[in-house]
Amino acid sequence: MTLQRPESIDAALALLAEGGGTILAGGTDVYPALRDATPPECMIDVTGIEGLRDISLRDGIWRLGAATTWTDIVRAELPQLFTGLKLAAREVGSVQIQNTGTLAGNICNASPAADGVPTLMALDTQVEIMGPEGRRAVMLQDFIKGPRAVDLGAGEMITALLIPDRAGQGAFLKLGSRRYLVISIAMVSAVIKSDDGVISRAAISVGACSPVAFRATALEEALVGADAAAVAGLVQAADLPDLTPITDVRASASYRQDAVRTLVTRTIHQAMEPPHVAG
Amino acid sequence: MSLDEPKGQIAFTLNGTDMSLAAAPTTRLSDMLRNSAGARDVKVGCNAGDCGACTVLLDGEPVCACITAAGQAEGRKVETQAGLVGADEDALRLAQAFQRHQAAQCGICTPGMMVSAIALLRSGEVLTEDKVADALGGVLCRCTGYRKIIAAVLDAGGAAPTDDAPADGAVGAPVARLDGWPKVSGAELFGDDVAPADALTLRVIRSPFHRAGFTFGDLDAYRDAAGLDLILTAADVPGENCFGTIPGFEDQPVFAEGETRFKGEAVAAIVGRAEALATLPDFPVTWEERPANLTPKGAAQAAQLHPTRADNLMCRGLVRRGDAAGAMAQAAHVVSGDFSTGFIEHAYIEPEAATARRVGDRIEVQCCTQAPFMNRDGLAGILGLPPEAVRIVPTATGGGFGSKLDLTAQPFVALAAWKLNRPVRIAYTRTESIATSTKRHPSEVHMEIGTDETGRILAARFDGTFNTGAYASWGPTVANRVPIHASGPYLTPNYEANSAGIHTNTAPSGAFRGFGVPQSAVAQEQLYDLLAEKLGMDRLDFRRMNCLTNGAPTVTGQVFDTGMGIDACFDALKPAWDRALAEAEAFNATHADRKRGVGVAGGWYGCGNTSMSNPSTIRAGVTPAGDLILHQGAIDIGQGSNTVISQIFAEALGVPVSQVTLIGPDTDVTPDAGKTSASRQTFITGNAARLAGEALRSQILRLGNVGEGAVIAFADGAVELTEDGVTRRIDLPQAEGYALEVVESYDPPTLPLDENGQGEPYAVFGTAAQMVELEVDMELGTVKLLNFTAAHDVGRAINPLLVEGQIEGGIAQGLGLALMEEFLPGRTENLHDYLIPTIGDVPPVQSIIIESGDAHGPYGAKGLGEHCLIPTAPAVLNAIAHASGARIHHLPATPDRVRAAILAARDQATA
Repeated sequence: MTLQRPESIDAALALLAEGGGTILAGGTDVYPALRDATPPECMIDVTGIEGLRDISLRDGIWRLGAATTWTDIVRAELPQLFTGLKLAAREVGSVQIQNTGTLAGNICNASPAADGVPTLMALDTQVEIMGPEGRRAVMLQDFIKGPRAVDLGAGEMITALLIPDRAGQGAFLKLGSRRYLVISIAMVSAVIKSDDGVISRAAISVGACSPVAFRATALEEALVGADAAAVAGLVQAADLPDLTPITDVRASASYRQDAVRTLVTRTIHQAMEPPHVAG
Repeated sequence: MSLDEPKGQIAFTLNGTDMSLAAAPTTRLSDMLRNSAGARDVKVGCNAGDCGACTVLLDGEPVCACITAAGQAEGRKVETQAGLVGADEDALRLAQAFQRHQAAQCGICTPGMMVSAIALLRSGEVLTEDKVADALGGVLCRCTGYRKIIAAVLDAGGAAPTDDAPADGAVGAPVARLDGWPKVSGAELFGDDVAPADALTLRVIRSPFHRAGFTFGDLDAYRDAAGLDLILTAADVPGENCFGTIPGFEDQPVFAEGETRFKGEAVAAIVGRAEALATLPDFPVTWEERPANLTPKGAAQAAQLHPTRADNLMCRGLVRRGDAAGAMAQAAHVVSGDFSTGFIEHAYIEPEAATARRVGDRIEVQCCTQAPFMNRDGLAGILGLPPEAVRIVPTATGGGFGSKLDLTAQPFVALAAWKLNRPVRIAYTRTESIATSTKRHPSEVHMEIGTDETGRILAARFDGTFNTGAYASWGPTVANRVPIHASGPYLTPNYEANSAGIHTNTAPSGAFRGFGVPQSAVAQEQLYDLLAEKLGMDRLDFRRMNCLTNGAPTVTGQVFDTGMGIDACFDALKPAWDRALAEAEAFNATHADRKRGVGVAGGWYGCGNTSMSNPSTIRAGVTPAGDLILHQGAIDIGQGSNTVISQIFAEALGVPVSQVTLIGPDTDVTPDAGKTSASRQTFITGNAARLAGEALRSQILRLGNVGEGAVIAFADGAVELTEDGVTRRIDLPQAEGYALEVVESYDPPTLPLDENGQGEPYAVFGTAAQMVELEVDMELGTVKLLNFTAAHDVGRAINPLLVEGQIEGGIAQGLGLALMEEFLPGRTENLHDYLIPTIGDVPPVQSIIIESGDAHGPYGAKGLGEHCLIPTAPAVLNAIAHASGARIHHLPATPDRVRAAILAARDQATA
């Protein structure tokens, strides 16, 4: 059994090209998925790659390295745009999971209930991928193709998440049956830009209520020009064609249908509140 | 690659020591630390990052070692509980605070809790309860209810290390756990921590279907091809391929024969080196899935599970007093309802584990257990050996709550070690543990209660069906206990309670803290709220008016002249009740989306086994050198019997508890102290310890020919007796073994029940009343618990801090039952789908200890295991209804069910 620990992206790509192995970062999805079975013969640990954990802003684009952990997000100094992402980071599993689990891993696992996906979707995240054919970037909505299915070819790996730097404030709410270590019944993230209490741009995404988290685009458009008092009515009236929850061990489908609109309203209100002092 | 290829070396620093270990780099870090580095203080509870027991610091940050690759530790610093407590001042201070607060009960989560807390302490942050909860939210505890852990961490954030946990004290003193230091220092050894390095590993082959026929292929050929040492099936069982817990109901095979009756049932076991088991071809078994029935509803029509049990009826229970039907017809107010609860998993953080070795013509089994002698006798029957040929050496037990009474892993390793004459080990995976261990019985209850015009209870009728699963286990106990308890601790002159245990194709239901009583309380206590509402009475007043008092008969006609303290429990809640109702009303006047509510419930529980002999025996001795030895066989699964029994013994003998050296448990050296179940150890073994202490005291006083008031002290080779200011030294006889020795037993006085269930089933009842304040999010149906106030009549608190620990832990399990827990066979077989409360889910608990004494208990003490969770769930459900109008009949009250009930209540109000 081998665990390769490349120190550069090129070295990692070379190993992947050789016939690969399972990409390992935090291990928070890889190991539980084994269900007590023996680990794969060969794994490639990408957490030692130089610079892959960096967070930087250049030319109006935030670049979050693929090995960035949830704790890195919690600790990073980031603008209000990322408030939702920080809130989501604190809701991922537990401190133990946040310390090793990565944003890119959360995306690659492509669980319908992935805590990171709705927020990253509301931030218009692009996924940067390197592979035999070079570099490409795809929108997160396109990268996740279905439950446990992503647009990642043989020999490819995620190298960064790219987020346009914009005005606006993020928010995130997670609904679960207990406080910590809980898989979501539903999640909502929002990024709202408002001027004098009137919404000028809105991004709303919903998780755990469809095969892949979705953006509520019709609602986003309807919200432009609205003030906080008008939000609840607009949300109740909104057409949410992608809201297709299932009944599972966590909640019934009809409950999710009902609760999501409450969550959306509250998340938007949270995103319109005056920013909290960082703490 | 071949299995013999040398493994790479992984170099890292473990607790400050440079290590270079041969280990596969993709193996789990927890496996490498435990198996190669010997760091057995790293516990494995789930292998999925769900429980946090394996938390270690990796370069100072807490991570779950079970989901970290060993190779990722290369060149890095790993710290574990034992290393930290040995070398780190924060950790030492924390360990001392854990001792002081009794923050460790069973101790299995303690490594994860402490390691996580140390990272927080090192951060230098100003500690708040929220910060502690955030830092420890990834570690599950099933015993403590978390409150004492939070208190200990907050406490450790302050002063310099102080070793000031009370190590001594008489009955009534909050003595630190006598067995506590190993738990907080990382030295404690649990079921999977004791196997010798040369032990072979056993794995069980289990049915993937709820019901299936099966045929094996060529097992010998498979064994040889796979390089295994042994394959076991039913054909290899030398004795009876059958075990159980209740005489006449032993019905569970070690290995199924012909057909499996539940998903996860064992059909075979394979034994070999761990490396051989890691890469195995598919086991040669062919399954034929058959129609299965998972609920009592279809049981009468389903295939019969056991030949002598027609309609899949295991047994019934009945208590009848007065004329329930006639009185109900006369009642001024009657309420009725249907209620149900699901399977509840014990979810101790330590999965079942055992190691066996053959020693000549005897077999020795080390295992986590609640019932060593019952395990011994069960294994003897399976192995075809006399009981004396079986030795059970219990390890520390990482939580039990009833499920570690039954045999689980022990028969497999005992059979294998017997045949191979080599040590054999097994540790269940989390999935295996949840899928196959016993559960709390799912219940379906219809109940009807009537009062007269003034609100006095006239009659109650109860009909309960309990899904006992594929095998009887403790099902007969549930069927017996429920009718005795379903009235609640209230005077109910006319009563009829029927229960039935029904077999289905699920994991067996067995013992779980309360034996069915928590389920019946869910029905009865909710109906009490409905009655109070009908009567326009305050809900606490209604209960207080109807509760049992000394001199009033229970539903079995038993009358207690002393010790029925439920009235005092309700009275103790009154100030908090009035405050809480006023606060909720004020809050609700100004909030629309969130509503607060207050709920109350009472509960009672008979200590010890129902209407049957269940003695405990305690042995003690003084060595010729003057050491005082207590052979204490009452298994401490975290509840504190090692400490409580020692306190009682020391009190009776008249010496400080610090003079006592504990021996055992071990069926070869400790006499039978019975099972750790039914809240019996403090009461029954405690009485045996009291008698042993008194007998030894008499012997010693006679030896010195001194009076009753003399003070006893042990010196080197002698006893010193002080009387009237004069101290005499009596040299101890230089005997083989003990110079002085006593063996004493106690068996509680009970009387059998007649055909109507009338009689004296228990010598002692403990009672409790709990109230909860909570907030319901009316739009989302989520419930936020704010505060518990719990009044418990324990007769006499031998150790008040242990009493609080039981109350807080019971409340945590009770709120899990109320709000989130349900095992679905084949679906929720892990700790992220089966949810138990986390540190953020248990609010502050104000314990009020009532000491009404008891006619039989040692120094007036009663038991207190089950009582702590019986009122919790109905109190929560009553508070939800008070807050929101939503009455939850079918548990758990998950957000979707609460929201649906809120909407239904609104529809009803507007209809």
